Amino acid sequence: MSDKIKNPKNKEDARDDALSRRSFMWKLWIVLGGVALAEYLLIALDFVRPHPSKKQGNEDDIFVAGPLDRFAPKTVTAFPAGRFYLARLEDGGFIALSRTCTHLGCTVPWNADEGRFVCPCHASAFTMTGDVLSPPAPRALDQYAVRIENGVVKVDVSKPIRRRSFESSQVTYI
Amino acid sequence: MSASDKEDQRGNIVDRFRRSVFRGPVRPRDDTDRKRIVLSHLVLHNRPVRLPEKNIRYTHTWGLGGSSMILFSLLAATGMLLIFVYEPSPDAAYASIVRLRDDVFFGKLVRNIHYWSANFLIVIMLLHMLRVYFTGAYHGARQFNWIIGLGLLLCVLASNFTGYLMPWDQLSYWAITIVTGMIGYVPLIGGRLQDVVRGGPEIGPSTLVDYYAAHTTLLPALIIVIMAFHFWRVRKADGVVIPRSPEDPPEEKPATVLTLPNLLFRELVAALVLIAFIMVIALIFDAPLGEPANPGMSPNPAKAPWYFLGFQELLLHFDPIFAVFVIPFAAAMGLILLPYIRYDKDTSGILMMSRVGRRMGREAAITAAVVTPVLIVADEYLLDFAGWLPGVPPFITNSLVPAALFAGVCFVFRARLIKRHAASNNELVQSAFVFFGAAFVILTLTGVFFRGPGMALVWPWHR
Repeated sequence: MSDKIKNPKNKEDARDDALSRRSFMWKLWIVLGGVALAEYLLIALDFVRPHPSKKQGNEDDIFVAGPLDRFAPKTVTAFPAGRFYLARLEDGGFIALSRTCTHLGCTVPWNADEGRFVCPCHASAFTMTGDVLSPPAPRALDQYAVRIENGVVKVDVSKPIRRRSFESSQVTYI
Repeated sequence: MSASDKEDQRGNIVDRFRRSVFRGPVRPRDDTDRKRIVLSHLVLHNRPVRLPEKNIRYTHTWGLGGSSMILFSLLAATGMLLIFVYEPSPDAAYASIVRLRDDVFFGKLVRNIHYWSANFLIVIMLLHMLRVYFTGAYHGARQFNWIIGLGLLLCVLASNFTGYLMPWDQLSYWAITIVTGMIGYVPLIGGRLQDVVRGGPEIGPSTLVDYYAAHTTLLPALIIVIMAFHFWRVRKADGVVIPRSPEDPPEEKPATVLTLPNLLFRELVAALVLIAFIMVIALIFDAPLGEPANPGMSPNPAKAPWYFLGFQELLLHFDPIFAVFVIPFAAAMGLILLPYIRYDKDTSGILMMSRVGRRMGREAAITAAVVTPVLIVADEYLLDFAGWLPGVPPFITNSLVPAALFAGVCFVFRARLIKRHAASNNELVQSAFVFFGAAFVILTLTGVFFRGPGMALVWPWHR
């Protein structure tokens, strides 16, 4: 018993304890350093990510295109301010198309003579409904939601709607 | 008082001030002074006191690494001036550049120097990379420095790209639209990556602010830090690789000469000649400034900056995911792993590894110079994999099918090369490097000179 009180542990055990305590403290510092670095990176990432300005609740970007009868069937009207085209199809239905080519982002002009959109960058072509006529565009032009209220055509330009190709459900009728 | 204190106390106030600033000799009187200056000078002490005599020769390195640093210094010096005039907002940017050009004292010249330094920097850096590669300076202690160098290349390309947007003219706006449009094709993360690189859902004020911040702060800081690391690693590898002919073994104790004056004067001359060259170019040729950016009208053709036109050319031949992600990723992996391949021998210092290597390199370059234009023209007018294989979805016919054919041809070539030249894997890797490098140069040249309206193939004078 007196032995245990005089030497609670022998020298080797005491050294081992000291070493593992030291290595634990080292590892703890390194881990904490890593956490600090990770915190900085996370904050940095949020600084770099896009921060679009928040819109007020119900106030979407509603672009008033004009009264119904201003748009003849089988015509396409360009709205540079709203950055879209409004196409009125043969059956009177409306579809609003984004002017951004789905290939690499160039602005596609409407060619009234040829009756189609032709992109100046790589010659992608689209029909009046935005469907792909000729590659390299991979999908149809994005569309915007069209609302007809009191005989006035309104387009919601806040949300471009992606689609693979044209479907009749995408047309808005009176 | 100690003896040196007594020394310091001598003389009048001017002497004492001068001695407090310059602690050692300023004008070297003998070789001991020359050694002391190199060791004790703030800038010069990044050089060794002595260096191998064979490394003095200009045509060993063509001073390309040092030239890159000089061009970067020019960019920093002119850039710091430009910041005081340029306004990073879509409404004011173009007008501020016009003001810089017309109203600021030598504003046009400063902008021109900045523009030409930036463009020549890419060329010089790529030439430097080729020099390092062809002198085998990526073995042993230099392996990681190759990676650091690739990091520098990436930062410089990013700097060029972010700077390209600053004028906010038609050229800038649509070039950035095209390149960020390409990024959208990266699988899985493409959409989000594109939003980050554009600073938002579309190119606008936040894009310009992001690019301005990166271009003027983050990227220069990164470049300076990585450059310091790059130089440090060169020192730690005992300097530049020592040239030797294929038969000689690497020298254990090469004959050396003093850095001051032998190396430093040569470097000074090279730097002055380069700066003079840039000045002449900047005085004659103006940096472009087109029409103010008009998001409603894309120019025809709309081209990426020239250093990315090789990728845009690839996009015209392959499926987008392949051209934008798979091929560049494979190329990047190849470059990164280059120093770590298990080579049969250490060819540091030998130009193109051996006589066999030189022969094979020549053949690879010529082959690429012939095959690439032939394939480009064939794809434009003859080949139509999507049409010939109607059942197969287009993203396979335009990517895996031609890639498989190409890989097959490469495989046949490789067998032939090994038999004909008795090449080790060093020379094979080098031939592949030369081949793909030459092919990419041809793709870039095609994109710059041979693509006209609608990105159709045209003769350069019809552009």
